[in-house]
Order: sequence, then C-alpha cells, then structure tokens
Amino acid sequence: MTLESLERADGASTTATPPAGPSKPRRSRPGWVPYLPYLIPGAVGFAVVIGIPFVQNVILSFQKWKGGMAPHHWVGLENYTNLLADEQFWTSFRNSISMIVAMVVVPTLIGLVLASVLFDYLGKTFGSRSAAVLRATYYLPQILPVAVAGVLWNWILNAQTGAVNEVLRSWGVENPPNWLGSPTTAMPSVMLVLVWVQIGYPVVVFMSALQRVDPELYEAAELDGAGWWRRFKAITIPQIRPETFVVVLTCTVAALKVFGPIYVLTRGGPESSTLVPSYYSYLNFFDKSKVGYGAAVANVLTLVIVVVAAVILILQARYERKEEGR
Amino acid sequence: MATATLPAAAAAATNRSRHQRGTARWVVLALAVLVAVAMLVPFLIMLLNAFKSPADYSQNGPLSFPHELYTEGVKNFWTRVNFPQKLVNSIWISGAVAIAGTLLSLFNAYAIGVGRVKGRLWIVTLFLLATMLPQEALIYPLFTMASDVGLSNSPWSVIIIFTVIQSAFGTYLLSSVLGTFPKALLEAAALDGASRWQVLWKVVFPVVRPTLSVLMIFFFIWTWNEFFIPLVMLTTNDTQTIPVALASLQGDRMMDAPTTNAGALVSLVPAVLFFLLFQRTLTRGVTAGSVK
Repeated sequence: MTLESLERADGASTTATPPAGPSKPRRSRPGWVPYLPYLIPGAVGFAVVIGIPFVQNVILSFQKWKGGMAPHHWVGLENYTNLLADEQFWTSFRNSISMIVAMVVVPTLIGLVLASVLFDYLGKTFGSRSAAVLRATYYLPQILPVAVAGVLWNWILNAQTGAVNEVLRSWGVENPPNWLGSPTTAMPSVMLVLVWVQIGYPVVVFMSALQRVDPELYEAAELDGAGWWRRFKAITIPQIRPETFVVVLTCTVAALKVFGPIYVLTRGGPESSTLVPSYYSYLNFFDKSKVGYGAAVANVLTLVIVVVAAVILILQARYERKEEGR
Repeated sequence: MATATLPAAAAAATNRSRHQRGTARWVVLALAVLVAVAMLVPFLIMLLNAFKSPADYSQNGPLSFPHELYTEGVKNFWTRVNFPQKLVNSIWISGAVAIAGTLLSLFNAYAIGVGRVKGRLWIVTLFLLATMLPQEALIYPLFTMASDVGLSNSPWSVIIIFTVIQSAFGTYLLSSVLGTFPKALLEAAALDGASRWQVLWKVVFPVVRPTLSVLMIFFFIWTWNEFFIPLVMLTTNDTQTIPVALASLQGDRMMDAPTTNAGALVSLVPAVLFFLLFQRTLTRGVTAGSVK
C-alpha cells in the first residue's frame, strides 16, 4: 500500500499494456495513453469538488466578504495578520494539542497494551474466542455515528438531568460539577469522550498486525523465560511499528480536523475552552458571516495538517531506512 | 489507568511458569473485562433510560430498571424527526456514494495501476493529499457552487461531494492493489482481442471484487457517519440525514431524558445492524486483499 509499490514495477510498465494488435504497430504513442479516458470522470470530479473549491477558498482568504450578495473587498494578507493577534485562533490550536492527546497519544498507548494483552496473554490462556469478544466490545463505539455518540454523552454529562450528576446527587454530592458547562471541566470531559470513541481503532489494527508476526518469535522468547513485558518491548512494539505509524498518522489528521464531537458536545464553549480550528472556521463562515476570515482559518489548518502529516511520513521513511541498513 | 498495572501483574505471573495456573491471569482477565464494561456502560445507560418514563427517571435515577416499558420516548422521537424519512435520506445518500465512489475509484485505479499512466505518482500523491484536507477548506465554495447550479439543499450535492472525497482514498488503495495485478492475465486477454473496457470488466473486476466490496461497505459507513458537510449543505428538515436530525434536536424542550436516549438508540440501530450484516464480508475481504 505504499507509493513505492507503484514505482518499483516501473521497469516492466510497457509490457503491462496490451499490444495494440498485430496489424498496426503504434510506436509513436506510449502504451499508457489509451488509458487516459478512464481518468476523465475522476479528474472532472476532483477539479469540481476539491481543486476549484480549494483555490477559491484561498482566494476568499484574501478578501473581506459577508457572504451572499455582499460585495467582496480585496484585503491582501489582512485576514492572516489578524489571525496572529487573535486570541481565539491561538486557543483553538492549543486545544488541538489536547485533541491529539485524547485521540492519538492515549488511544495508541492503551491500544498497544490492550492488543498485546489480548493477543499474547489472554488469547493464549483463555482461548482466542474471549479475546475476539473483548476486541469487539472495545470496537463498539467506533461503529456508531460520532454525532450520535456525542448526543448520548452530552446527556450523560448534562449538569441538571444527566446520568452522571443524577447518580452523584443520589450519593449525596451537593453540587456536582457542570461537566461540559464549566471552563475547567469541559476539556477533560470532551477528551474522555474522545478516548472512549477512539480506543477500538488501534486495538483492532494492532491485533490484526500481530497476526502477521511470526509466532516462533514469541515461542522462542517464552522458552527463554521472557515475561509478557519483555516480549511486549522486544517483539510486539518493533514488529508492529509500521501499523503504529499508520494509526498515528490517520488519528493525528483526524484529531486536527475534529468537528462533530465538539459541535454536539460543547460548540467550542464555554469561554472557548473547547474551541478547535475547524469549529472556529465554521463559526466565522456561518455564524459571524466573516467568510474571508473563516477561509483563512481553514487554510492555516490545512497547512498545519499537511506539515504534521509530512513530518510523520518523513520520520517513518527514515525509520524504515534505518531498519534496512541493519 | 487500569492498564498501567497490567504489565507488572503479567510479568509476575510469567515468572512462575509458562502456562501459569495462578491467580494473576484472572487479575489480567478481570482488568480487560473492566475496560470492556467501561466501554459498554454508556450503551447500557442508554438502554435503561430509553424505555423509562420521565417521572420514573427523576424519581429513581438513571441506574434503576424501568418500572414499566415506556415507549413514548421512541414514539416522540420517531414522529418528531419523521424518522422513516431521515432513514431513507441516509440510505439513499450513503448507498449512492458507496456505488458511485467505488466505480470512480476503479476507473482511476485502472488507469493508474494497470495503465501505468505517466505521472501516476503525482496523481496518487494528490489524491492522498485530498484525503487529508479539512472539509472546512472546501465548504464555502462548495456551498456557493451548489446554490449557483440549483443544488442547494439537495441530496445530490452531498452525493457528488462524497463520491469524489471517498474515491480519493479508494483510488489510493486500489491503485496499489491493481499495481500488482498479474500481467499474464492482462496479456492473455489482450491476445484474445479484448478491448480495454472488456479487460476491465471481464479480467480485472472479477479478481478485485472482494476488495471492491470492502471499499463499498467502508464508503457506505463513512458517508452514513458524516456530519459536517450534510450539516451545512442540507438546510431543511426534510433533506437531513439521521446524525444531523438527531443533533439538530439538541436543546429542544421535547428532548427529555427518555426521548434523548430513545433518539440515540434509534439512530445507532441502523449503523450497528449494517455492521453486523457485513462483518463477515469485511473480514473476508480484508484478508483476500492482503494476499497479493
């Protein structure tokens, strides 16, 4: 599934295309040209839905526009310079770090341990059936629409009628916290929900990754008297490093883009304590009618995502090279 | 938190014997089950309270069993959001995207993986970049574009957008699968005088069908769960999808505890059903795709 796999077979590329027919050899035209029509629907779709809108969005970010029939004013880089002085903008990106902790760091770490415990310990002592059932349970939150999960949690954590506070009150807690409604508890609450949503994904990916690891490695280590922790460190982690990179990359991109959970849980509040870049962009577009400004936020977010993704991909490539060098 | 203690317990256990009979393995199992229960608790609370009357809820709290089966919550939600209509909207949009997106991915990947079009690495990189793009960077122009061509508040706008967005990932995945397509098959078909179109449908398609069905299921589920673009593009009640309809009821006076829970329950049933229905295809397809 790598870009290299496309490139590697390049030498044989000309033989891949069927010969044009014995009667009329066409040497002037390379074999790939007749395949171009198959790219037309994709190219048109890409241009209309992604290419053109993205360019338009960049143009919008250099303008002041209230949307609809209002006039467009060209303001150059003003939106971007305003961003630099915008406290909310910085808050939103600072909150992205919390999103990465909740959607990447914690789930990946817990996922590694859970997958390894299920595969290398529980699966062996209690049978793979029990491991499969546990895995399915961890994965359950992943299959429901994230907006539905958010609505459910919004109620569970609701200050007045929510399940958590009803229980706390019945236990005699006088003033249970307003979980999503107070600036100090809102972010930890949102993070908790996101960990709950996210955890099944790394567990499932890592468990399927462990299936391709040679079982003899584990058996040899066990015979040598290596305990679970030693096997985890010496075999599990290095062996499933490629999948770890994939999980970290996809989850980081998702964490930077996160919108739905914030929209249904807190709408970025209270006092911007859970504001994230995508929601801030949405707010400017459709709530404050500052279209150019919203476009600028979205573009900065795009840039951050591409840079972060590139860094992760470069680290991965460098690591793979080091491995090959060994 | 719970998992931090796992390694120590496990290591202690394995010191004793290889297939330990001690209590440590039960401790590890208990901890793993505890995590599973923690994952299930929100679902259980939802089930308990979806069929509990508001009076029962305020009197006995969220953890008690309902005294009687209260179905008003489900009925309230069902009629208020006109659930059958939302269900049809979601199925229509996700189904159309699943089919069109897979077809588009197949065409792209045929040209890139089998046809080895020049500059294919750039094309694939571009598609990969597109999968990372935040939807906020496209939404306003798309929104304006849709109203310009008379597709504002139309499911078609959402279908077109997601067909392209999902096929960006599909093209990336399928291109590398088709990049390793056995050449002998293609050459044999060409010798038989098959056209490129015939090769695609008679040679390539049957071989990659398992991968295509996995892709189709993924596209369906992903589109079903999408929130941001449907929220912006589908502006009236009658065009909304299930997640958007549920979210837009938030803060509504009607949404008391049972109705909220019933709403969440009713909204997640189709997703869970679909998942259970196709779980087999998914695991089978994934393994079939990995054997190159």
